[in-house]
Amino acid sequence: MNHLPLLASTLFYFLSCCSAVVSFRSGEFRAGRFNVITIALGVIAQSCFLIQQGKIDQACPIRTLPEIIIFLSWAIGVFYLVIGTTYRISLMGTFTAPLILGLQSMALLLPAEKITSMMPMNPWIEAHAAVSLVAFGAFGLGSISGIMFLFQERQLKSQHPDPIFHHLPPIRILEEATIRLLWMGLILLTVSFAAGWIGSRSISGTKFGVSLLLWGAYSLILILNQKNRLSGHRFAFFAIFIFFCALMILPLIRYLSDLAVR
Amino acid sequence: MNIFCAGLNYKTTSLEIRERLAVSDDEMEKLLRQIHSIEGVFGAVVLSTCNRVEFYASTLCPLQALGGCRSILQEQTGMDIPLYHYSTPDAVRHLFRVASGLDSMVIGETEIFGQVKNAYSFSAKRDMTTHTLHRLFQHTFRVTKHVRTETNITRGASSVGSVAVQLAEKIFGKLEQCRVMILGAGEISERTARSLQSRGVRSLIVSNRHYDKAVALAAEMGGMALHFDHWDKNILDVDIIISATGAPHAILTVEKLKPLLKQRQGRPLFIIDLAVPRDAEPSINKMEGVFLYDIDSLQKIASESIEVRRQEVVRCESLIEENVREFLRCMKNKTLFQQAH
Repeated sequence: MNHLPLLASTLFYFLSCCSAVVSFRSGEFRAGRFNVITIALGVIAQSCFLIQQGKIDQACPIRTLPEIIIFLSWAIGVFYLVIGTTYRISLMGTFTAPLILGLQSMALLLPAEKITSMMPMNPWIEAHAAVSLVAFGAFGLGSISGIMFLFQERQLKSQHPDPIFHHLPPIRILEEATIRLLWMGLILLTVSFAAGWIGSRSISGTKFGVSLLLWGAYSLILILNQKNRLSGHRFAFFAIFIFFCALMILPLIRYLSDLAVR
Repeated sequence: MNIFCAGLNYKTTSLEIRERLAVSDDEMEKLLRQIHSIEGVFGAVVLSTCNRVEFYASTLCPLQALGGCRSILQEQTGMDIPLYHYSTPDAVRHLFRVASGLDSMVIGETEIFGQVKNAYSFSAKRDMTTHTLHRLFQHTFRVTKHVRTETNITRGASSVGSVAVQLAEKIFGKLEQCRVMILGAGEISERTARSLQSRGVRSLIVSNRHYDKAVALAAEMGGMALHFDHWDKNILDVDIIISATGAPHAILTVEKLKPLLKQRQGRPLFIIDLAVPRDAEPSINKMEGVFLYDIDSLQKIASESIEVRRQEVVRCESLIEENVREFLRCMKNKTLFQQAH
């Protein structure tokens, strides 16, 4: 693994985080271009790494756990650049950068053992894995807007809002952004399941069960929200909770998947 | 060429005199032509708001322009009104300060920027400006935007009504679709409701113990009157409640709201409690989807915003000073260029 582009992207995300911390501490919170630029540079550096790694692997660069994590954080970064900026919620970058930095640091620290090298090439399976990760990118950004929702709601409830309150979007917009991102993620996840089914590889029952559970959990909260059975507060909480559960069980799924291949 | 400014404002003149100087568009044109016809004045802009009347002119002789302005105002009001007056560079600095809201009654208010823009375009449309005034006003618009984005001078809201609007916008986003219920047809609730209406609220319900008062206020504000006994039945449809009744005990309680909130299906409810003693139990703020603000919390936010704005004045002044220097440098370069050619 050539770490140079990866280190560069980590540095850009680190700079983005630093600017967020400085803004918070100074109390003069202002969503500037710096966040967007540093995250864009981080995404470019990650793209360079993934292209390079793809050429080496002769496949989609998601063959080791660090690669998967980098691909996931890249997807979150791309979603932020596409959605976060167009919804005039560029402040989302301040919340997104720490998550990506955390994931990226984890990827750098984990051993890059290529467990799947013995797998024969199957484009459907590769598509299944790549689209799933992009879907989780959308879920990741959905959890970020959920965090922003809870944060802004807390500000409103406190009756004494901090300076950041003026720069955060209305809670209704944040709720809408979370809903759209989760729908997008769910559709992509469904597409990835279809690709996996067409690829028809042997798949562990546990992996299938866990994936279905996540799919079901996201579907459930979206349907409940659609039917006005879930308040904005609870919806945001579950969007965050499910994503962090998924992050924690991602290595487990990977392990079980490799075990099934072996 | 000198830039000259003369005028009066809320600091120097009483409201009675300012009222006498209030002009319609036709009268404004006449006034503008009078200023323009003063000997030595090449171009003029008249800024007339409820808080100030100011004349900006490009002239070779500021003293002559001042004398002309005085006699025009004397003719109009029948009295000798003291005017403050500045010429370059103080006139430039003054205009930058005025347009940025630093000279306003409420520091940092943004309405003045639109009024300065309108005053300039009124004059420009009638071909009564000069190149110097054009450059001055264009520079002013840039400086004002710069001051607004680089400092916190416009941050926050400075009155109870505007704080309520700001909070409502942070909950619902755009307010066009929001429905408001007023409980208690008093002056403060009316003012707050008007602030919300100015930001797009269309649907309004007024409920009062004396039904005739509710009917009168509803008619005045384009809303609907409701008997006080039925207000709680309509709570399901409203998004914002402005409560200012004279009730000696809380009328918005957890017991009353709990079953109603279930039926609201998670939609947020913003309660603005302006009554003393309070109409809403403080504990309702803990309920999911309910945001409660009483008069104290609203006033606290407003006074904090004013304090933040006051602290920002120093930064604004230094930005303005930089821009005054830059503007004068540009004007000097242009004069040198014209002399060379």
